[in-house]
Amino acid sequence: MITARYHREIPQRYRLEAGKCAKCGYVAFPPRLVCPKCKTKKFKTINLKDEGKILTYTIIRVGPDKFSKETPYAIGIVEVSDGVRLTTQIADVDVEKLKIGQKVKLVFRKIQDDGKAGIHMYGYKAVLV
Amino acid sequence: MVGIVGFGAYLPRYRIKAETIAKQWGMDPIAIVRGLQLNEKTVPGQDEDTITISVAAAKNALLRAQIDPQEIGAVYIGSESHPYAVKPSGATLIDAIGIGPHVHVASYEFACKAGSEAMYVAANLVKAGEMKYALGIGADTSQGAPGDALEYSASAGGAAFIMGSEKVVAEILFTHSYTSDTPDFWRREGEDYPRHGGRFTGEPAYFKHIMGAGRALLEKSKLKPQDFKYAVFHMPNGKFPQEVGKRLGFTKEQLEVGWIVPWMGNTYSGSSPTGLAAILDVAKPNDLIFMVSFGSGAGSDGFIYRVTKEITKVQNRALKLRDYLNNDKIYLDYGQYAKFRKKIKLNE
Ligand SMILES: [Zn+2]
Repeated sequence: MITARYHREIPQRYRLEAGKCAKCGYVAFPPRLVCPKCKTKKFKTINLKDEGKILTYTIIRVGPDKFSKETPYAIGIVEVSDGVRLTTQIADVDVEKLKIGQKVKLVFRKIQDDGKAGIHMYGYKAVLV
Repeated sequence: MVGIVGFGAYLPRYRIKAETIAKQWGMDPIAIVRGLQLNEKTVPGQDEDTITISVAAAKNALLRAQIDPQEIGAVYIGSESHPYAVKPSGATLIDAIGIGPHVHVASYEFACKAGSEAMYVAANLVKAGEMKYALGIGADTSQGAPGDALEYSASAGGAAFIMGSEKVVAEILFTHSYTSDTPDFWRREGEDYPRHGGRFTGEPAYFKHIMGAGRALLEKSKLKPQDFKYAVFHMPNGKFPQEVGKRLGFTKEQLEVGWIVPWMGNTYSGSSPTGLAAILDVAKPNDLIFMVSFGSGAGSDGFIYRVTKEITKVQNRALKLRDYLNNDKIYLDYGQYAKFRKKIKLNE
């Protein structure tokens, strides 16, 4: 059920909580149970910095049903602090003017609604700085 | 000393010109712009609402206050466009910012003065010694019915104020509230757009309540209008705040910095709070600031602030109101605007 998963992922979606491996320093976002580098299970919770840059992006011109009225929009891979890369929409921009390498900031936005009467679901998006 | 220890504002990037709206409805754009003194207004992005605007403003306030968010004991958001009828906007905000869960949270509602109410209660909880810091926010993404006069003004934005008693940047010297049952503007449960009671709007509502709170504040404080460097009033259009300021004895110069409505529109619960943020962005130590909000229904909250020497340390720690107002604007035509504001009926 989408509501349960959304609720579980609030710390990472709302405030970029990540897990930093206590042994080797690998930063897992979203947080993991086992470190993929050194197999340790000990992690410290950290908050990623909200600044980064666009590594690559694509422009969605035919969106899935829920987002079909928001096209064209850009989805990019953004690199933030600690080498973490995340996939996110790049909002508030003329998609034709986007460039790889542009600096972005992660902001708190509404991602989608659970139907007409369900909850609003929030998370991070990138905007140019 | 109790007052503001951190402040922050946020405005969306999107704009629509008053001229564009006037042309849509066959009105004379020059008469509208001149009559209401509104050039353009902010429009929220499709992914923005009162909660996201509040989070953005609160983040700026935290950048300035540089406090541990865990020390904030109360979060109040005043708005007439809370995304939920039942579910507090502040509950989402605290999890986005890292406040709580040991925190008191509530949504406030009083038409356009819900934001100043949130600020008033937050400051007084600190004053009462109940908590170290409290956060009061005014934010809105208000709507006017298509073709209605309110469509030219109803805009989006907000401001957040962290109240505390250490490293205060603007001390709250006096407050005064003035309220009466006045049918000037309302929205019934389940209605999409508000209604206004024509002849009740100007004199018996806006002017009576702002003058009532404003005069009482001047009496209480034994200060004269000329003692203040700045004054800011609720800004439903460009004309009203100028007129009420004049009637209370303030000059155009005192109003200028906080008078952001011609390029922002009326951000409802965020209106006088964003005006105050614009003033705090540039204020100097010892400046006195006079602020009176107005909410239909109807009431006004008045505040007198004295800026402290701490102000200069925090001003450049976050984006200023005029950075949002003047930079990176994206203009919408009426069709795009109607889509953004969900005024177009779609198949489910
Ligand atoms: Zn490891």
